[in-house]
Parts: sequence; C-alpha cells; structure tokens
Amino acid sequence: MADEKKLFTVTIDNITVEVEPGTTILQAARKVGGDVAPPAMCYYTKLKDSGGKCRTCLVEVAAGSAADPRPMPKLVASCRTNVMDGMVVKNITSDRVIDARNGVVEFLLINHPLDCPICDQAGECHLQDLSYEHGKGASRYEFKRRTFDKHDLGPYIQLHMTRCILCYRCVYTADQVTNERKHGILMRGDHSEIATYIEKSLDNDFIGNVIDVCPVGALTDRTFRFKNRVWFTKPVDAHCNCDKCSGEVQLWMRGDEVLRVTARKDEWGEVKDTTKGETGWICNTCRFERKKASDWVIEGPSHVNRHSVISQGHYENGVKPSETIKKVMGGRDPKLLMNIKDVSEVNQVELSEIKGAATSESFKQLKKGN
Amino acid sequence: MGRKLLLDKAHIEGIRHYDVYRREGGYRSVEKALKTMSPEAVTEEVKKSGLRGRGGAGFPTGMKWSFLAKPEGVPRYLVVNADESEPGTFKDRYLMEFIPHLLIEGMITASYALGSNTSYIYIRGEYWWVKEILEVAVQEARNAGWLGKNILGSGFDCDIFVQPGAGAYICGEETALIESLEGKRGNPRIKPPFPAVKGLWGCPTVVNNVETIAAVVPIVNDGGDEYAKIGVGKSTGTKLISACGNLNKPGVYEIEMNISVEEFIYSDEYCGGIANGKRLKACIPGGSSVPILPANLLLKTAKGETRMMNYESLSDGGFATGSMMGSGGFIVMDEDQCVVKHTYTLARFYRHESCGQCSPCREGTGWMEKILLNIENGKGKMSDIDLLWDIQRKIEGNTICPLGDAAAWPVAAAIRHFRDEFEWHVTNPSDALKGNYGLANYAKPLEVAVPTA
Ligand SMILES: Cc1cc2nc3c(=O)[nH]c(=O)nc-3n(C[C@H](O)[C@H](O)[C@H](O)COP(=O)(O)O)c2cc1C
Ligand code: SF4
Ligand code: SF4
Ligand code: FES
Repeated sequence: MADEKKLFTVTIDNITVEVEPGTTILQAARKVGGDVAPPAMCYYTKLKDSGGKCRTCLVEVAAGSAADPRPMPKLVASCRTNVMDGMVVKNITSDRVIDARNGVVEFLLINHPLDCPICDQAGECHLQDLSYEHGKGASRYEFKRRTFDKHDLGPYIQLHMTRCILCYRCVYTADQVTNERKHGILMRGDHSEIATYIEKSLDNDFIGNVIDVCPVGALTDRTFRFKNRVWFTKPVDAHCNCDKCSGEVQLWMRGDEVLRVTARKDEWGEVKDTTKGETGWICNTCRFERKKASDWVIEGPSHVNRHSVISQGHYENGVKPSETIKKVMGGRDPKLLMNIKDVSEVNQVELSEIKGAATSESFKQLKKGN
Repeated sequence: MGRKLLLDKAHIEGIRHYDVYRREGGYRSVEKALKTMSPEAVTEEVKKSGLRGRGGAGFPTGMKWSFLAKPEGVPRYLVVNADESEPGTFKDRYLMEFIPHLLIEGMITASYALGSNTSYIYIRGEYWWVKEILEVAVQEARNAGWLGKNILGSGFDCDIFVQPGAGAYICGEETALIESLEGKRGNPRIKPPFPAVKGLWGCPTVVNNVETIAAVVPIVNDGGDEYAKIGVGKSTGTKLISACGNLNKPGVYEIEMNISVEEFIYSDEYCGGIANGKRLKACIPGGSSVPILPANLLLKTAKGETRMMNYESLSDGGFATGSMMGSGGFIVMDEDQCVVKHTYTLARFYRHESCGQCSPCREGTGWMEKILLNIENGKGKMSDIDLLWDIQRKIEGNTICPLGDAAAWPVAAAIRHFRDEFEWHVTNPSDALKGNYGLANYAKPLEVAVPTA
C-alpha cells in the first residue's frame, strides 16, 4: 500500500476541508467552492509565480495553525499563502476582508472604465463581477483618469491600456508559454503600462493566449472584436489535428458560424488541461485562422456554469421542442410576412468572414466584395 | 561628549585611504575574527551586542544572521543595502564617503560569519561619487590582501563588488534590491520565501544596511557585551542620525542610543536648536515614512515621560502618540512650516516611487497625492480630509511591501495631529492658495524650555 499522505485540515468560513500540504488558502477555498472561494484577478493556476499583486483575494487568518493558533496580524493574499494544519480562515465572514476588498475594487475601478456595453470582455470579466459584488454606484475619485490610444500589438491582438489592471498575467504568459517575450511593464506606480519594446508586435505562435489570461478586456482578439456579445454565442468543445498544439479548443458559435476560438477554461476562468494532461494553451493558428466549422470536429456543447451570463440561451443535453404552429394550423405552413434577411444587412454577411473587427467599415467592404 | 564607535575617526586627514585607515587600527576586526574566532562565534558576538538593523525596521541583526539557510553546495551572499533613498536620511552616505574602509572591513568580517564568498554593495546611482570612493577602497583592500583567496591564510575567500542602482527608492526594499541586482525590474518579491532562504539568484542571502555592517567592526573588536553597555534595553549601541530641516546645525550625528530628543535638538553638541530663534512645531524623527509628531508629543511621551532617542521610546509602544526610530532621518519643522504642504510633498514622492505592482499602493498613492494638492491649493473640500483618511486606511497593511505603509503613515499622522490645519486650508482657500498660511492662528507650536546647560 502506498504511504498515506498526511492531509492538513483547514477551516474557511466555518467549512472544514482537508488538503495536501503545500496547498494555498485560495486553492483550499476553491475546493469548497461558491462564495467561500475568494476572487482572484492576478493569480492564475497555470502561471508560475503569478498572484499576490491585485490584493482582491485578501483573507483573514483567525488562527495560524493548530500548533500556533495565534491570528495573523495583517490580512494575507490567499493565492500566495499556504495552509497550515488547523488553520482557520475568514473570507466572507470577516468584515475586515469585505472592507479591504471594497477598497481594492474601488482602487481598481479608478483607472478601469466600466465600459462593459462596448467591451468585448463583457460577460466574461472578473472585474465586472467584482464591481457588482463589491463596488458602489458612484466613485469618490474626482480626477482625470488615465487615457491611452488603443494599440495594435501585431495582426491579432489589440491593447486597450485604459482597461488594464496591471495584473502581470499576460507578461507571465509570454514568459512561460512562448519562447520570447516582447512586452512587459514600463514605468512605475500609477504611470505603469503594458508596452512592447519599441513598438514591437507580439507574433509568437502561442502569444494569443495572453488574450485568454487577461482578466479584463485589455487584450482583445482582433478577429473577434465587436462581432458579437459573448452571451449570444454558444460555446462548444471541438478539436482538430494540429501540429503545434493539442488542437483542443472551445468554439464560440452563432448558428453555424465560428466567431471566436479560445482555449477551454475551467470554472475559475483558467485554461484547462488537455485530455492528455498537458496545460491546454492553444496556438495562434487554431485561435485566429481556423474560423470555419468544417475546420473542426465538434464534440458537443461546453459545460457552462448555471450562474454565468453565457448560460442564458445555452443548452446542454437540450431537446428541441417540436414545431407546433403547423399542427394548430391544420397542417398549413405559416405565412411569412417579412423575411428579416431581406431587410437587415447584418444577416446578409457571414460575420466570421469579416477579417478583423466587425465595424461598419469592414461590414461595407465585405458587402462590396460580395 | 557621547561615545562614538563609527565616526570617531571619520575626521582624520586621509582616513579615506587604506594606509591611514590601517595605521589608525583598521582591519583589526578581520584579523581577530579570521585568526581567533569561528564564524558562529562572530554571529554570537553580534547577538550579544543587541545590534538592531539600522535600515529602518530595527530587526535584531544576530537573529537575522542565524536564520540564514546553509544548504550544502549552495553559495550564500551578503548584500549591503546602500540605496539610501528615504527623504531625510543621508547617514550612510556620510559613512561611506568619509570612512569607506569601515564598511569594507565590516563586510569582510560579516561575510566570514555568514560564509559569503561574494558580497555586494548595492548603492543608489545618484551617489556616483561615493561609488567611486568605495571602488577605490575595495581595490586598496584587495591589493593589501584583505580580499581575494585564502585571506590571512584562513582558508576564507571573499570578494566585494559595488553595484549602482538606477534611481528608484523601491530598490532599497530588500527583495526589490535583489531583483535589481539580478538585472531585473526592481519589483519587491512576495514573501515568503524570505531572502535568508531564497535571495540573490535563489540562494540564501542576508541584506543589511551600511551602518549595521559598519557596527560589526566595533562589536568584534571590543566584544558584544561592551557594545550592549551603551544605550538602554533593546536599543543598544550608537546610532547615526541625519538631522535636517529648520535646525541651527543640520548634519549627521552619531549619538549614544538613549539621549533625550530635547538634548538632540537643543544641545550644542548636536543640532544647536531651531534656526532663526523660531519655535519647534513638529518633527519626523525617523525618515519620511514614519509618522510626524507635533512638538508636545515629540519631547514627551503620552505618559508624560521624557522622549528618548531609542526604538521603544520613539514608538510609544506602537500607539498613535508615537512614531519610529526608522532609519534615523530626523526632519525638524519650525512654526512657519505648513504640514499640509509637507504631507503633499511626501505623498508626491511615494506616488512617484510606488513600483505599481499592487493595486492599493499603485492607485491609492496617486489618489492621495491629487487630493492633497487640491487641499494645499485651497481647492479641497471638508469631506476630502475623511476621504484621505479612508484611502490611507485601505492601503495600510494591504500591500506586498512596506512602501504602501510608508505612504499611508505620514498621511494618517498628519491628519491625526494636524487636522485643524487641513480644515483651515479648506475654509481659507484664497489664503491657502497664496501661501498665507496664517499659521499663528492654528496648530499652535509648543513653547519649549530651551536647556541652558
Ligand atoms: C520602500 C523601502 C525602501 C527601503 N530603503 C532602504 C534603504 O535605502 N536602505 C536600507 O538599508 N534599507 C532600506 N529599506 C529596508 C530594507 O528592506 C531592509 O529591511 C534593510 O536593508 C535590512 O537591513 P538591516 O537589517 O541592517 O536594517 C527599505 C525598505 C522599504 C520598504
Ligand atoms: S493587459 Fe490584461 S493580462 Fe496584461 S497586465 Fe493588463 S490586465 Fe493583466
Ligand atoms: S506596496 Fe507599492 S511598492 Fe510595494 S510592491 Fe506594492 S506597489 Fe510596489
Ligand atoms: S489573486 Fe491573490 S493577490 Fe491577486
């Protein structure tokens, strides 16, 4: 029989779990799930050394361990603090934590516009969720916000620096997933910004993953921008034979059109492992070039959390209701008073065929080309 | 006259150079340590001395050394923190500039105790001329056989390198310093692991302040017990204080720990009183990051005891009526100084120097600066004062490194002790804008009896 590993017992918001030594408080809390799991904007399981920066995951350690039950004087970043046996942690049951988290959200929103109505990340944005949970209707900040021009980082990625919360995830991704990093953080303090070294483009085969890790809409997919709201699309799991990556992806479809391709993500919004057990980063070709349903073997609808906005209009194992109109009309087809395709130009083009963002310009050009 | 252990010879003509330094008894501690003591015995003397880190936090040096991990086959490093960028603090510069061999001697002895064969001085880039002085001194020590292989036939190898920083206050924070020394952006690391376990290039590292390492020389020469006789309680030995502001004699002084604050400000041996016959209004006793104290709380503790220049007395046991010894930057303000203006200046500094890694510090320091500028210029609102209080409260304790706290404390203390001055700025906007502070009308400075002896 294999040696039995000693597990640590940790109590978070009065719920006790057993975890292996070396587990962080955040991971232990995620094991419980629900509200007990602190929010995380900069930590990302698959990125080594990430976390500790945004301070949204601060928790109170009410007892350090069974051996030394003294409380920790300061709140700690749960993503970078390991559990001890007998540790008692307070997350949502601590007023100090809620107060500090409200503060962090207020700080983050100083230089992050809530432009969700036009942001491609709307519906998938952790800061949007946080601002609903911990934000206020109005800000106490009365000064000019930081402004930046939008910046194309090569053919596929656009940076909206105004939205960046400097979580460093994309920098770690470029460091650890690609074999060359051309961007990083420039300047200090509230002048810091994501920048490339003298306007270089990001063109590594795996650089597209920076879009997936960005917790807000600061790094956007130029082939998907403005093509659709994410909750109008339906995510399906699909794969292809790819010589660069596992080819295991999620297609974001509308009808038969593939509007966006991303890596598969888990319930924490982080990239899942592939069926072979490797981290499921995907290559640029899969992400940006394979935009036809015929490029893919579709496996079926992705599992979407019931609470996610994406779950609306998304059915798993759904049974299509049978058509009843014909039945009640005595076998007669309904008479079509107006065919929407005849009056709406939107329905005359395949969105997926628009190269780049779907703007009025690109739309007109496609029409001309038809 | 108070005893001097570090600067006693700093005035000697030519002491900057090896020959004079050696003639005056220099490098005896290296001889003593390498020939007659084990590395553990050196650490033991430092423990006995009660020496506390002179870089600001005041952590016991001997204990810090004994935390150093010693895995087999892995190098260990001593890094001397000569970044010295805290506004008001300029004591290390004086020591390095006038008696550089004292630091080098201390480093060799400390490196022996720690088992560090390669040691670094990380010096702020703006001290370029001090860097040159140190480089000359290191070369002199190397030529004289105090550095290199098998020093004094003891089997101990040691070399020292001087590395300038690129001008960022945050690179004085020990983990940011290590990152910078490794050639990276100077962002503080998340602790644990602490440098004693994983520091420079992932190896066990001790980071110590210049003055701390220099103090190792008298400790080894005369014994830790002798050193511990100076001072009081857990504040032993001497301390360098850089005094500035409205003083008759600003400068760097070596004091015996535990003279009174009053003696330090008013006696002729030290600062010689407030300049131009003005009254004392306030003081930041330990470098810009520590809380400001109004005159009445500067000279007496909350209990009414005489405030002494030592770690415990200055901090008042951690209550809001105290401040901190910090790095010994003693900034004195006379009755004409505007606390709001000074708080704004400090906030501006911390905003500029925040590395920007963590959200409360990155965003909070900028926000505080803007509000303070408004108040200072007569554009503030009463509610801004409470807002400032709330912002500093949300930064303090919630950041990766203590820079966040360093930015929050000055603001908190200024509001706590000088709220009426903030309110005056709000209610007298046109005067505030013109700089007519009308100081006599509020935040009355204390009448202090000037010692005659
Ligand atoms: C923002 C910041 C700046 C610092 N700057 C310095 C410095 O310039 N010099 C210094 O010795 N310590 C500085 N420190 C303290 C160091 O991190 C560290 O505690 C010290 O070098 C340890 O040396 P000691 O134990 O000898 O005091 C700074 C700390 C912070 C948070
Ligand atoms: S661009 Fe996105 S991922 Fe990169 S630092 Fe900014 S918020 Fe984080
Ligand atoms: S507290 Fe400030 S300086 Fe320290 S890591 Fe955070 S942002 Fe950087
Ligand atoms: S997720 Fe822990 S600090 Fe950002």
